Amino acid sequence: MKFSFTRVRAIGIKEVTDYRRNRFVMLFTMTLLPLIFITAPSIQLLTAPTAIAGAKLDARIGISLLYLLLIPAIVPSTLAAHSVVGEREQGTLEPILITPIRREEFLVGKALAVLLPTLVVSFAIFGIFLGVAALFAHPGIRTAIFAGSHIPVQLLFTPLLASWSIWVGIAISARSSDVRVAQQLSVLANLPPIAIVALISFNVISTSSILALGLAAVLLALDGLGWRAVAAMFDRERLITGTRS
Amino acid sequence: MEPGTHALVVEHLGKRFGDRVACEDVSFEVGYGEVFGFLGPNGAGKTTTVRTLGTLISPSSGSAIVAGIPLTAANGAAIRERISIMPESPGLYQRLTVAENLRCFAGLYGLDDVPGRIKRALGSVNLWERVDDVCGSLSKGLRQRVALARALLNDPAVLFLDEPTSGLDPVAAHDVHELIVSLRERGVTIFLTTHRLAEAERLCHRVAILSRTLRLVGTPDELRARLFSQALEIQLRAPLSEPDATFARLPAVDGWEASGSGRYALAVSDTRAAAPAVARALVGAGADILSLSESRHSLEDVYLELINEDVEALRR
Repeated sequence: MKFSFTRVRAIGIKEVTDYRRNRFVMLFTMTLLPLIFITAPSIQLLTAPTAIAGAKLDARIGISLLYLLLIPAIVPSTLAAHSVVGEREQGTLEPILITPIRREEFLVGKALAVLLPTLVVSFAIFGIFLGVAALFAHPGIRTAIFAGSHIPVQLLFTPLLASWSIWVGIAISARSSDVRVAQQLSVLANLPPIAIVALISFNVISTSSILALGLAAVLLALDGLGWRAVAAMFDRERLITGTRS
Repeated sequence: MEPGTHALVVEHLGKRFGDRVACEDVSFEVGYGEVFGFLGPNGAGKTTTVRTLGTLISPSSGSAIVAGIPLTAANGAAIRERISIMPESPGLYQRLTVAENLRCFAGLYGLDDVPGRIKRALGSVNLWERVDDVCGSLSKGLRQRVALARALLNDPAVLFLDEPTSGLDPVAAHDVHELIVSLRERGVTIFLTTHRLAEAERLCHRVAILSRTLRLVGTPDELRARLFSQALEIQLRAPLSEPDATFARLPAVDGWEASGSGRYALAVSDTRAAAPAVARALVGAGADILSLSESRHSLEDVYLELINEDVEALRR
């Protein structure tokens, strides 16, 4: 049986509709959390001294953008962690697994349903940040943000970090028996990539285009492997009966 | 085994979870259009058998053909495409409407004419007017009906109903019974697991009684005949003066016992052949007959007889 995008779409639409009607997801995860992450970088940007330049300016912009990269790392993790164990807890997993859906289709549907809203929110918040910079930041800071490599790096790492976060979240969800434990573990599992980005932002690791591309390639590879690994972990029998097949 | 003639062919199927045996040596066949009842106490392996045949879990032993397709891991998706399972819990998305729930599953089955199928499925469970209701707002009985509509979406070759009336009040359970009767009349093959013996007796063409292994398979009448001897119950206005002389002359009567004032139970080999002869003999003996009927054991009697045998065997 071929991979079916109809089935992926069915899962995706169901998930997004469910998020839209879930007040916690809409108000906290998709609105309040991203707003918290844009407040600090905006303050960083607007309170920067006008005479700041060079490495200090880069560090300040780096810290601001780090906050923005927390959105694709943190926002999807709680949703992804809920994806399998949540269905199991509410008794909806068995009816889904009774259909002809393949585990790869189920997982891709779940992942896309988290990835797309995450990208929309992340890029919207980044757009707001750029708007604030264009309108209110000191010209020197504005030039540094728009002329440097910050925007391409942000555009590149946002989907890669989100994908990593999603696969880790789904993997934990597929092995957990409790939603809250899955969500906590998922947030913890996202700390390593955030730590690397933080080290770069604080100039502990000096940045270069090659390093950025290398990291992006590693994340891309991990994302690809993540899908395969999660599919291998997805055991219908264990999920239904709690016992390994 | 002829795959084409049976909706289900199960041979020596067994499932173990580690050291625990869920079911073993289960063999039966279900014809197309048949309603097959699967009875057994809690933990007997009914749901495990359904999940195994539905390819959710793999068998530890034995083989099966489901809807004409051999039960193997490679055939899982193909089998699931041709069957439906309605689990004990409806498992609906509470924040989604009835239509959204069904649309999702129509997509998962890759069905065409989705609006038409949803309309027909909801029509069969008399729920079309609730199509836009959020599932979380429905009563348990209505949710069960939505789950049944969901199971009908793909016109399954075999419909597995796992305890469909579990937890329902008598009215809601009666509604589900009526739906199953209408499906039976449409020729849908149904595999029904249940605790409710009256439900099985009313709805099923044949039943199987499972107690880890399969104890009996047959129509309710066949099961009664296998476990209990046939009997006639007689109520007379007054006791017979010489009952032994009256009954002993009748070749169709194997034995008799008095069970009250003017009440007699006769063991016979064929109730239909014996009843007229008994009536004639009683009239000849001057008795006033108030009633003469076949003693009919319920499916519950059959079930309890078998399950009690198992309990006794375990005690020994």
